[in-house]
Amino acid sequence: MLRIFSLLVFSCMSWFALAENAPATESNTQFETLLAQLPSTKLSKMAPLVDKIAAQPSPQVPELLQHLMEGELYYLKAANELVYAQPNQQQTYDLTSVLKTEALAPVSIYALKKIRTNNRIRGQIRDLLANMYLSNSSPAVRLQAIKQLLDNPSKTGITSITRLIKTEQEKEIRELMSVVLLIEQLEKGQTAEKLAAISQLEGRLEPTVKNALVKELKKLSASQDLSISQDKSELHKALTRAIGQMEQDGDFYQLLDYLFFGLSMGSVLLLAAIGLTITFGVMGVINMAHGEMMMLGAYTTYVIQQTFPNLIEYSLLMAVPAAFLVSGLVGVLIERGVIRFLKGRPLETLLATFGISLILQQLVRTVFSPLNRQVEAPQWMSGSLEINPIFSLTYNRLYIIIFALMVFFSLLMILKKSSLGLHVRAVSQNRDMARALSIKSSWVDAITFGLGSGVAGIAGVALSQLTNVGPNLGQDYIIDSFLVVVFGGVGSLWGTLVAAMTLGTFNKFLEPSMGPVLANIIVLVGLVLFIQKRPKGLFPQKGRSAE
Amino acid sequence: MKNLLHSPGFKKLNSLHFVIAILFITTLYVTVCNLAFAPGSFFYVSNYTVSLLGKYLCYALLALAVDLVWGYCGILSLGHGAFFALGGYAMGMYLMRQIGDRGVYGNPDLPDFMVFLNWTELPWYWAGSDNVLFMVLLVFAGPGLLAYIFGTMAFRSRVSGVYLSIITQAMTYALMLSFFRNEMGFGGNNGLTDFKEIFGFSLQSPDTKLALFVATAVALAFGYAVSHFIVNSKMGRVVTAIRDAEDRVRFVGYKPQHYKVWIFVVSAMLAGLAGALYVPQVGMINPGEFSPLNSIEIVIWVAIGGRGTLYGAIIGAVVVSYAKTRFTAIMPEVWLFGLGGLFVLVTLLLPKGIAGLFASVLNKLDPPTQPANEPQAPSTTATTAAESKS
Repeated sequence: MLRIFSLLVFSCMSWFALAENAPATESNTQFETLLAQLPSTKLSKMAPLVDKIAAQPSPQVPELLQHLMEGELYYLKAANELVYAQPNQQQTYDLTSVLKTEALAPVSIYALKKIRTNNRIRGQIRDLLANMYLSNSSPAVRLQAIKQLLDNPSKTGITSITRLIKTEQEKEIRELMSVVLLIEQLEKGQTAEKLAAISQLEGRLEPTVKNALVKELKKLSASQDLSISQDKSELHKALTRAIGQMEQDGDFYQLLDYLFFGLSMGSVLLLAAIGLTITFGVMGVINMAHGEMMMLGAYTTYVIQQTFPNLIEYSLLMAVPAAFLVSGLVGVLIERGVIRFLKGRPLETLLATFGISLILQQLVRTVFSPLNRQVEAPQWMSGSLEINPIFSLTYNRLYIIIFALMVFFSLLMILKKSSLGLHVRAVSQNRDMARALSIKSSWVDAITFGLGSGVAGIAGVALSQLTNVGPNLGQDYIIDSFLVVVFGGVGSLWGTLVAAMTLGTFNKFLEPSMGPVLANIIVLVGLVLFIQKRPKGLFPQKGRSAE
Repeated sequence: MKNLLHSPGFKKLNSLHFVIAILFITTLYVTVCNLAFAPGSFFYVSNYTVSLLGKYLCYALLALAVDLVWGYCGILSLGHGAFFALGGYAMGMYLMRQIGDRGVYGNPDLPDFMVFLNWTELPWYWAGSDNVLFMVLLVFAGPGLLAYIFGTMAFRSRVSGVYLSIITQAMTYALMLSFFRNEMGFGGNNGLTDFKEIFGFSLQSPDTKLALFVATAVALAFGYAVSHFIVNSKMGRVVTAIRDAEDRVRFVGYKPQHYKVWIFVVSAMLAGLAGALYVPQVGMINPGEFSPLNSIEIVIWVAIGGRGTLYGAIIGAVVVSYAKTRFTAIMPEVWLFGLGGLFVLVTLLLPKGIAGLFASVLNKLDPPTQPANEPQAPSTTATTAAESKS
């Protein structure tokens, strides 16, 4: 973890450094002379040399020190050259030249000589690096550096922070700097200082702060004279209170975390089920091929990524309308070709659409092979939104929630505000009456089925970002989708929303203590029991179409 | 042909006689040809065919069970695979204990998978599993009890139609997930396998396989007789009435839920029996049997064979299974297209399935002068009226 962090810092650092100015030629030669001394210098003489190297203005310095500290700096015996080396899969070492930064052919360990360091020198380098990063001109690098220092503070780091905190402009960095100092004060200071530090640290969420507090409390409990000194009992009280507060905050954010995960899972369920609500609730068609409509949407995403390999960033935006069209068209075809002949026989539509789902699955297997396909995630989907040190929202989950809600509300708008929606509702409530009012019910059916299937296709685009895209994708979601629809009350969009979110959240809250499978079982059993109590779901349909 | 159909003796016969006669002839033929002729002879029936036929007959019994609830009571159960699998697991437990110390780990008390999981003693629900009588009891009681609990809850609160189908599906799905867990104590992912012998006879021997086939045929005949008796009894009439108009039956003063639970339990027990006979013939049982897909496939057999006619279920199960065996051997990639297509076409063109086709051909030969002795296949209009409400 630390390593990844430092490499991140270092890459930021060198980029900024390179952008700043071209290195002066004179200092460069000096730098090279110092480097040349590295392989021959004894361990005991290493410290002053490292100091000298660190003092060089060359932009390669941080990178070099970083590698030296991590034991990746080698001397290539044959070429008489310093290299960074990392072991690879083939039992040899991949090389990067220090000065030319070009790739060299991998060599075996025997061609290399390691530039050795010891703990003292590594500590020295760490401090030097911390200093460099902390005084870097880029706030991002400084922030990274201070965060790293917070995780494992060092003596020099603290001295430089004490020096730099006065001039630091960024509020966030300054705050973190003061936290580092406060921890130091907590550990080393007198009782009064400790108390002050505790009161200032209260409300911080960093795990390091908590660790320091807990350590201090343990130290205090270990000492004998707790009962005698009033200061100490006060200190004890303050520490306990601060830790309690932190734990409370921690629990709270943990709860938020579960909620967030639950909602994102609920959103997936919502996306999967909402198309079904329309075909099932409005038309009374049990569409077992619904899952395959999602599968088609996912494959559409895959095809688009294959067709435009240079536009991965935009592929999802293109895939949404494309998937809607593809799945929607297939839906209309199914309605026209099969379902309209089965009017009023819902159980038979179940069987017929199941046949269709088998055909579609096999079709995909024949065209795309039975293996899973990888759909790439665009850059903007990765990473996370950091709210505070212990709570962050991953972007892909966040987008899924937003996307699901967008789909939900657009569908709601279509059904409530558009004339198509009016017709759909009319037909679903009283087909004969609607026909008498010159609504083409067969046309409405085809469009409704197409709409439901199209939405399933959109859901498939979202799913392609979460799971493997394969011929069985639909199968994995179809049961959950049906349960959501039945739980929410057939035909009720709001019911579907509530049901999906409830099931998702419930699942995620049960998961940590029971494991995913048992959580799933409990939810299923709970649902079966719920249906006994309310056979028509949470929001039963009202009106003539209801029983 | 006409003369035969009009002879008074023929008129007294009903489907029960035919089915039992056909089963008897088939069994006799297969047994004789398997035992009396040498391999390579034209009449020889191979051991492979015998075990395949045994499997088909298990499926037929399972389809019969589904037809009993779906065809006659209108309960479309998408979870009958669960009852089948429970019966199978009951038998599997018994067979597992018969292995004794011949397992990989050689533990005389514990099945291999429990040794593998470092369990030291049998879980309580495995107690008595080495007793034949207990096994037989469990084969019927396991599925029956589940059906009773589930049915009581569902039918009392009048869950019906689509809702019922979906929660039966959820039931089998939940069971599948549970049986996949190692902690469940039924072998987890791998299920129960490596069986050695049944009632002291080696499962590998052709004679045992033949005996199992004969036993399955007898069980199917028994199942058919039970079903036939039920649907032709007064109770069966009420059940059929419930299928066609549940509300009216209730208004007349019956309690439909009692009849529904009762027929559901009987059907589940038949499915359990089918599962119990299936396991020794294929040599394993695993949680995959609980998958909702399997349950839907059973419904497919019934629909293709013709729901509401008991023999139709048998025809459907055998025909579709046979087609599956043939197709997956010749061109596996076409099978799903075939099955899917068959399914769409049958629902569209043959709403009464193969049996319906059969009946209409017979009717042409011999226009009915009186209602047939057996219940009519459900008329489409009545079904429509009953189902379109839900």
